[in-house]
Amino acid sequence: MMRFLLRRSLTLLATVLAASAVIFAALDVLPGNIAQVLLGPDASQEAVQALAQQLGLNQPAWQRYTQWLGGLLRFDLGLSHAYGSPVGELILERLSLTLPLALMAMLFTTVLALGAGVYAASRQHRLGDVGVMGLSQLGIAIPNFWFAILLIMLFSVHLRWFAAGGFDGWSEGLGAGLKALLLPALSLAVVQAAILARITRSAMLEVLREDFVRTARAKGRSLRSAMWTHALRNAMIPVVTVMGLQFANLVAGTVVIENVFYLPGLGRLIFQSIANRDLIVVRNGVMLLAVMVVAINFVVDLLYAVIDPRLQGRDNA
Amino acid sequence: MKPHSLAQRALRHPSFVLGSVLLCLVACAALLSLVWTPYALTDIEMARKLMPPSGSHWLGTDALGRDVVSLLLAGARSSILVGVVAVGIGLSIGVALGLLAAAYKGWLEEALMRLTDFSFAFPAILVAILITAVLGPGMVNAILAIGLFNIPVFARITRGSAQAIWARDYVLAARACGKGRWRITWDHVLPNIAAVLIVQASTQFALAILAEAALSYLGLGTQPPEPSWGRMLSEAQTLLFQAPRLAVFPGVAIAVAVLGLNLVGDGLRDLLDPKLSRQR
Repeated sequence: MMRFLLRRSLTLLATVLAASAVIFAALDVLPGNIAQVLLGPDASQEAVQALAQQLGLNQPAWQRYTQWLGGLLRFDLGLSHAYGSPVGELILERLSLTLPLALMAMLFTTVLALGAGVYAASRQHRLGDVGVMGLSQLGIAIPNFWFAILLIMLFSVHLRWFAAGGFDGWSEGLGAGLKALLLPALSLAVVQAAILARITRSAMLEVLREDFVRTARAKGRSLRSAMWTHALRNAMIPVVTVMGLQFANLVAGTVVIENVFYLPGLGRLIFQSIANRDLIVVRNGVMLLAVMVVAINFVVDLLYAVIDPRLQGRDNA
Repeated sequence: MKPHSLAQRALRHPSFVLGSVLLCLVACAALLSLVWTPYALTDIEMARKLMPPSGSHWLGTDALGRDVVSLLLAGARSSILVGVVAVGIGLSIGVALGLLAAAYKGWLEEALMRLTDFSFAFPAILVAILITAVLGPGMVNAILAIGLFNIPVFARITRGSAQAIWARDYVLAARACGKGRWRITWDHVLPNIAAVLIVQASTQFALAILAEAALSYLGLGTQPPEPSWGRMLSEAQTLLFQAPRLAVFPGVAIAVAVLGLNLVGDGLRDLLDPKLSRQR
């Protein structure tokens, strides 16, 4: 297990480093003089030069890159040009919305998908199965931001149960905060749940054909009991892998959904910072999202090894 | 009993038939928009803004008085164009890299696989946002972003499928006869993995349409005056209280296109590669 953990940790570190290099390089070649953009077209050449000096834009790229990496390690991410506040604080504040949103969406995805997938597998080729599969096919085809707009139309415009967007902060109370995140989380979850339900169904059907399930049934276990106690744990290996990828997609998907609901989260911060050319925020925000995605995949790898200990042996071989 | 031909089996496959019908609808809309739309796309007339569906405007008009049917038809054109080119970029570069890795193995394969592993650390929408942040918003940059994301997807699937073919006896026989790596790749590997690639291409096409719609919704994809379903949705969202119908039609159009592609993909998987369909 130690060797497995060490190998995976090294891969994680290498991927994070490579991601930082790509993000830095991509944003460093951005056309236009950042100092000029910040000061506007009418700014004098001297003022532009002075700001470039202040921002360290005159230093060689490798120096700026290592400085940025050092800052990342100390969580000293610099100052946002547009907001005038430390980027670290800004990102942490926005993360307090994005993270609960992604977790809530993942919870909805898991509950919906496991329920629907196990139900469809237990009703293979019958009406319930066909219905779940048809709905999941439709769920995969619907863009999440359109589903979000439909939810706003129904629950905000027509029924007036929820606000059409916005978030007043956690200081307004946990209930109010969760209510504001309910529709966004649901719109993020439906598409992912449709994909996961299909995978859960296939994995369950595969496991239900195994001898140990047949033995459990022969010993008098009901289909339901055999499914939930024996089959589901074994079917979880592919399901957990996909769940990891989906959580990463959910985190990234918040960029779009936060814009639909005007939620002041990390995704909207990155999006607005692109418009403001606030590159220091874009760079650190995208880096954080990439680190989150890599970390989630790392945890999935570990979970994968816990669920199926044979994988550790394969990795050591 | 004489086995049925592929075309006969395709016609009996319900999801393939349904998917093909939906896809044909979208393709016909896109083609039709090249030669005819009920009203010109630049025909802005504030006097007839937000008109409900009628005989002259079947699905009504938008906030600028433009005909919604005309915008939807032309939107199909943008979606298909982005999908075709983005998948084309992914297919041509990704398949070439995957074939190279499978044929030459060693450090080349290792490097390619680590590169694809790394690229999966960036979800598609993040890549697209990063690229449009660097190069600016626009259809070409959206295509580039989606196409770039497709490259590792195709490289990985090509390398995996090609590896299995390289292990077959008939490839060993071809090598024994003196055929070179390129000859074997061209004569044996590529034809045998074509089915997998076609199925994957249909999936990536659907994802490209969704990605283009999302980027255009955010204002990073197709720019005015070129119509786009994603941007129509973004404009409609500001009018949810006055004209909620405007937020319905473009979404239905995207869903029809994506559903059609997914159903065709599922059908092709069953028809071209029965082994894959059994695994589902």
